[in-house]
Amino acid sequence: MSIKIGVLGLQGAIREHVWALESTGAEVAIVKKIEHLEGLDGLVIPGGESTTMRRLLDQYGLFEPIKAFAQQHPVFGTCAGLILMAQQIEGQKGPHLALMDINVRRNAFGRQVASFEAELVIEGVADDFMGVFIRAPYILNVGQDVQVLSVYEDKIVAARQGHFLTCAFHPELTNDYRFHHYFYDMVRAYKE
Amino acid sequence: MAQVGTDRVKRGMAEMQKGGVIMDVVNAEQAKIAEDAGAVAVMALERVPADIRAAGGVARMADPRIVEEVMNAVSIPVMAKARIGHIVEARVLEAMGVDYIDESEVLTPADDRFHIDKKAFTVPFVCGCRDIGEATRRIGEGASMLRTKGEPGTGNIVEAVNHLRLVQSQIRKITSLSDDELMTEAKEHGAPYEILLQIKKEGRLPVVNFAAGGVATPADAALMMALGADGVFVGSGIFKSDNPSKFAKAIVEATTHYEDYALIGELSKGLGTAMKGLEMSTLSASDRMQDRSK
Repeated sequence: MSIKIGVLGLQGAIREHVWALESTGAEVAIVKKIEHLEGLDGLVIPGGESTTMRRLLDQYGLFEPIKAFAQQHPVFGTCAGLILMAQQIEGQKGPHLALMDINVRRNAFGRQVASFEAELVIEGVADDFMGVFIRAPYILNVGQDVQVLSVYEDKIVAARQGHFLTCAFHPELTNDYRFHHYFYDMVRAYKE
Repeated sequence: MAQVGTDRVKRGMAEMQKGGVIMDVVNAEQAKIAEDAGAVAVMALERVPADIRAAGGVARMADPRIVEEVMNAVSIPVMAKARIGHIVEARVLEAMGVDYIDESEVLTPADDRFHIDKKAFTVPFVCGCRDIGEATRRIGEGASMLRTKGEPGTGNIVEAVNHLRLVQSQIRKITSLSDDELMTEAKEHGAPYEILLQIKKEGRLPVVNFAAGGVATPADAALMMALGADGVFVGSGIFKSDNPSKFAKAIVEATTHYEDYALIGELSKGLGTAMKGLEMSTLSASDRMQDRSK
């Protein structure tokens, strides 16, 4: 069965996600316009600047189509993608795509000088995964349907809710593609 | 154990800015306009390059109060400029918590021989380059991001185009050389051999390379993207135009959709006058900021 996964291509670490997904054997497409969603089995929302991405989603009328796409297909959001997927963002009026029952804090570890990398245990993925955190958010708390996949210093940094997957760090910035393979398996299982 | 200030964390920060526009701002109000327009970061300055040019004299790091004001105004990353070789200005900016430092030829160099040892810092640096020699020397010193120098504050894209085209064509040449030819190439460019090897292997620079120095219109931004820039810095182009908010939004859109010419035409309609701009031949040797470092 051939699997086709899209990477939202408005801004940010797009090509790194493309390389990571290609290593799973999936066909990969960059999504800049509504018509690019057609025929996709799953979507990755990459890291970048969440404020910028939201603005561009609105400008191109991609916001509602992606919400609709997400009701029928798996979505994986990393860093800025996590913020876009959250139902609640601390100190902010409304959410963005509001796909996952999670409450998040932006730039939660501090500014760039506090950005770091650390080894993580990710349930079902790896117990030695190098997480690269860049002005990263974390999840303050999750709803009952959300499965916490990884915790770093008491902070939730990866989670899954049904066909939605998210993490606060950047799995696309290392050569370790196990998290992307996990998402590929999710997409494949969902399609079957 | 958490590790801060690694190459991956510093270069990764620039990776997140790709496809975006970084705008020069001089106060909180401009910073908000930039953020609302969809800028991926702002550069906090005391004066935009066109005004630095007009004012003359020695241009230094901005008043920390301006940098602080901008940091408090927006949630996107804030960059600030330090003079070339001015280790203390850079340390001050790092201590204030700015997200990226531009060791910049727009300011008057503090050291006309040496650049800052950027590996010694936790905060990442961006530096300007005109060719592969400058690009790789800056990477060797620890720059985590590059930009073309162009000619700042002129609103004239010609130098940025020259610099980006030259770096791209030099990269293409390097990928075609054999390992023994590469050492001579390194010698001729004054380039660190190890970094050239890495470029040959990957077929690209190991860090992100943005366009800067002369971007004045949405079409200018799209041109730089089409030539292979990873993103765009706009200095004087936005707040020296008739309608900064409209210009800022249009430049962001044109950067994302740089191949959608109908769209670029649409968003360029009725934008008002771009910054006036300067013709290169009117600049004397001492006016050329790009020649201030090598």
